[in-house]
Amino acid sequence: MTDTHCSVGIVAPQDAAFDVPLPLASGAALPGYQLRFETYGELNADKSNAILICHALSGHHHVAGRHHADEKTAGWWDNMIGPGKPIDTARFFVVGVNNLGGCHGSTGPSSVNPATGQPWGSAFPVVTVPDWVNAQARLADRLGIERWAAVIGGSLGGMQALHWSVAYPDRVAHALVIASAPKLSAQNIAFNDVARQAILTDPDFCGGDFYQQGTIPRRGLRLARMLGHITYLSDDGMGEKFGRMLRSGEYRFGYDVEFEIESYLRYQGDKFSDYFDANTYLLMTKALDYFDPAAAHGGDLAAALKPAQAQFLLASFTSDWRFSPERSRETVQALIAAGKRVSYAEIESAHGHDAFLMTDQPYVDLMRAYLDRVAKEVNA
Amino acid sequence: MSAAHTLRPDLRLIADWISPHSRVLDLGCGDGQLLAALQQDKHIRGYGVDFDVANVVRCVAAGVNAVQGDLESGLADFGDHRFDHVVLSQTIQAMRHTEAILNEMLRVGREAIVTFPNFGYWQNRLQILKGHMPVSDTIPYQWYDTPNIHWCMLGDFEELCAKNGIRVVQRVVMDKGKRVSLLPNLRGSLAFYRVARG
Repeated sequence: MTDTHCSVGIVAPQDAAFDVPLPLASGAALPGYQLRFETYGELNADKSNAILICHALSGHHHVAGRHHADEKTAGWWDNMIGPGKPIDTARFFVVGVNNLGGCHGSTGPSSVNPATGQPWGSAFPVVTVPDWVNAQARLADRLGIERWAAVIGGSLGGMQALHWSVAYPDRVAHALVIASAPKLSAQNIAFNDVARQAILTDPDFCGGDFYQQGTIPRRGLRLARMLGHITYLSDDGMGEKFGRMLRSGEYRFGYDVEFEIESYLRYQGDKFSDYFDANTYLLMTKALDYFDPAAAHGGDLAAALKPAQAQFLLASFTSDWRFSPERSRETVQALIAAGKRVSYAEIESAHGHDAFLMTDQPYVDLMRAYLDRVAKEVNA
Repeated sequence: MSAAHTLRPDLRLIADWISPHSRVLDLGCGDGQLLAALQQDKHIRGYGVDFDVANVVRCVAAGVNAVQGDLESGLADFGDHRFDHVVLSQTIQAMRHTEAILNEMLRVGREAIVTFPNFGYWQNRLQILKGHMPVSDTIPYQWYDTPNIHWCMLGDFEELCAKNGIRVVQRVVMDKGKRVSLLPNLRGSLAFYRVARG
């Protein structure tokens, strides 16, 4: 089967501009903003078959298909989204969106601040998961979607799906929260801060206003990504793929690349520093750190989730130590305590946190079975 | 037509004991067909629990809420008194922590429904007399590859209940899908209990 056969094919991003200011959790407000998004499939007549895909830390709107025929890789969740795939674009109208603060077309730190005519840089306000969800709700209004058949996300995207269910209970029929957590642990925040420190202490960062200086804090971004990458994989998975393999077959007794894992991480770091924005990385990791819906309810997650009307599917992966199964189970327990309809599966996988982007069979089966149910509900 | 109509006879009997609009927890729920039938016929709300991810997938496909979990480690996902009925169907004999699960069931639920193959069934006794461990419809395993580790007869289960301050509300014994009332411990291959606290 050719790739285009079961793919959404060639897609083009769209932009939606909003000129009503968006109040943010920090107390600041964005005067106006743009969201970049992509859609796949057809919205049905009663607009009931729409699915929102929320992106994770380094994600964006391009979730499926290719922008042009010779684009090397397809959208980041192309194995899950397309005709005949679990998130079936022959049945659903799928929307991928780049969040505020992003660096792939939505308003973010590298966009021009209308007040100064210069890039926002360090002046771009801190955004949170609730801010993103509010911005996405306005996009839904624009698209005429009153209620999502499902809001789906992994990791940081799962936090958005969870927040959608409580912030807009009547607008979400199903929330799929994958490899996520109800809040980060101290260890997770610690990892995020090491990544941020790598960026903040890069001399080319220039306090966040590097755009005007014509510099890019590549070294910091590269280190941040290398660290992140280690935490997204599992020891077993890494061992299986790289072990202690040497590039030249012998020790060189120096600090150049010797082990294959070093080569891989440096390659990933370099690639990332070419296409990602340092300020966006800082913002996204902060949004992760701040997310804690239970905080406003004295730490009672069940109380925080009480308003939700959606049905939930949660999934976690056995080798994911950054967002471990225990963290998903905390959310499941709170949902049960709040009397919500929830299903939960812990998937056997060696892929660590990245497993939510992979195709472990039980995971694909689970998503397919659940979304089949969603499709039947909306006659898609 | 009622969905329970197509259920296995043992599940149909359990379904009869479940009150409409109640909250049900089905432990070792398998493919979720009991809960699916109860949702359709009695508008119950509930969850299945199963250790096997493939069964969670089957439940999801059947429109049943299921949570993957290991019953041996208790029912920590569920708070006290959350359910009207907690079902453990033909699983207790395969559990290591038999007493613990019985108490957990009556922590999270008002009433527990427990079913198990009756070791005292005459065919089982006959096979033992002939020098073999029983193999039958309700015990379809050889001794060396059976998941079952804790065999009991009616009196044994009732003693365990009494020891834990658990009251037997109702008992039914079946053989080949039919109720047995005369000499149940001899003639019944499957035992069904409704038990509650106090």
